[in-house]
Amino acid sequence: MRPSPSRLLNILVPIKRAVDYAVKIRVNPQQTGIDTNVKHSMNPFDEIAVEEAVRLRDRLKTEVKQIKTVSIGPPKSLDVLRQALAMGADSAIHVEVPESSPAPEPLAVAKALQAIIAREKEPVDMVILGKQAIDDDSGVTGQMLAGLLGWSQATFASKVEVDVSKGEVTVTREIDGGGEEIRCKLPVIITTDLRLNEPRYASLPNIMKAKKKPVEKLNAEALGVDFTPQLKTLKISEPPKRVGGGKVTSVQELVAKLKEAGITAV
Amino acid sequence: PHALVFLEHNQGVLEPGSLSALTAAEQLGGQVSALIVGGASHVASAVEQAKKLKGVNTILHSASPAYEEPVAEDLSPLLKAILDSSVYTHVVSATSSTGKSLLPRVSAQLDAPTVSDVTSVEHDASTNATTFTRPIYAGNAIATVEAPSSILIKFFTVRGTAFSPALAQEGSEAKVGAVDPVHAATPLSEHLKTIVVKSDRPDLGIASRIVSGGRALKDAKTFADTLYPLADVLGAAVGASRAAVDAGYADNSLQVGQTGKVVAPQLYMALGISGAIQHLAGMKDSKLIVAINKDPDAPIFQVADVGLVADLYEAVPALIEQLKKD
Repeated sequence: MRPSPSRLLNILVPIKRAVDYAVKIRVNPQQTGIDTNVKHSMNPFDEIAVEEAVRLRDRLKTEVKQIKTVSIGPPKSLDVLRQALAMGADSAIHVEVPESSPAPEPLAVAKALQAIIAREKEPVDMVILGKQAIDDDSGVTGQMLAGLLGWSQATFASKVEVDVSKGEVTVTREIDGGGEEIRCKLPVIITTDLRLNEPRYASLPNIMKAKKKPVEKLNAEALGVDFTPQLKTLKISEPPKRVGGGKVTSVQELVAKLKEAGITAV
Repeated sequence: PHALVFLEHNQGVLEPGSLSALTAAEQLGGQVSALIVGGASHVASAVEQAKKLKGVNTILHSASPAYEEPVAEDLSPLLKAILDSSVYTHVVSATSSTGKSLLPRVSAQLDAPTVSDVTSVEHDASTNATTFTRPIYAGNAIATVEAPSSILIKFFTVRGTAFSPALAQEGSEAKVGAVDPVHAATPLSEHLKTIVVKSDRPDLGIASRIVSGGRALKDAKTFADTLYPLADVLGAAVGASRAAVDAGYADNSLQVGQTGKVVAPQLYMALGISGAIQHLAGMKDSKLIVAINKDPDAPIFQVADVGLVADLYEAVPALIEQLKKD
């Protein structure tokens, strides 16, 4: 069983470029998608994943051998890879998807990550990624990768403690109505929840340094995976509009409205 | 179609989210089987409740000490074994932490996607295709997707608020059968402990009333002093905007919004919250939205059913007093 006590951790951090969380989403008139000509940034949960990998190195020092980040997406995904490198990742892989192609589905992404893990010279011990991307909101990629690899999985992590010599990681997970502590054998897939950490801002010197870090380019063919969607997207529509705008002028009126809705003190 | 629903229970009591998943499964228009897994005594009582539910044809149950507090790595070999030897066309669960952890793990092993958090389902038996709607971009758009016949087993998780829970029906009596537990050759993960959040207030994720505060609350003490008494009077959970969390007024776990919790309570009261897009994404499906804000142009008023332009520090104490009086 690896890793043996002498082994050092290799961490892979998959990240996604997504529409920025502060952008107001507009569905296009053809109902085929949304207007993507807007600000994009690293998926916030993936930013937490990068931060956690870097913090693990801060804590474990030389026990962390390598932090590699990977993004599967259009040419501009390079921007988020550079950001991850500036935050502290050592090297990056960009699996380029043509701008005009549909976004690969989570299962295809998981298969691509599986192929990347298989071709790494140094065995990967830990994959840390966001619990979901804030564009498609699927929240399945990490679990799928764990299933394909037959690895342990720690989803919705809010605390991660690694014991490299034992080859174990103890994770606190956010579950419905509370938390749960589990112990996983390495290699492990960890998906990050909001409370895990607060990502740093990359400093200017680190942004400059990141420009010199290596980025390997790959594509679906090179990895032997097929990015053709299994599901058919029939349409993307606007959610039903909420009609708001009701006003009251006093606390008394407000309480009357609450009462009307059946809401009183307990 | 023949759906297998992963029916969750808490100490032997069926989870409401799973009852909604049953309703979604029934809407596929075919047979419905339910799978109940756990320790022996909890399974027995969960099976008793499930037997009486309308629309459940068959109940499979599997009991083992290893299933008392199972992790996905414990459950997936069992689910996979059941699917390998049977005729199921759909696998369904609630969009719960367990369902979200388990279904994608198994679906990937069967080379199938998991469609998450669906709000409607429609199955066409002639083409063997299932069409789902699901919110994307935190509910700012709705995707309609079709799982065609080429996907042999269609996995999906169900948004609880979109389907009414399955009810007991007089005369319903499902067939019940035990399934042997399946244990992994080498255990990968183990449950150490469950951490129940100790709070007198309801949990944000499932609360029917939420009182939420924004950056206008100034600091952590003002946040607590202003919001908690009102939350107590209403029996409400406390939430916060990202701005309030970033400023350190409230814990991360209280964040409502696209990157925080997405909630849909009966009452959502937004206090000193301007209504940034990412916050609205997390609460706009609430039944009644009440907003109090000093700024009459705050975007929160566009979605609020009841808006009051007022100073929080006068309005909230007056509100508490008025509520107590009535």
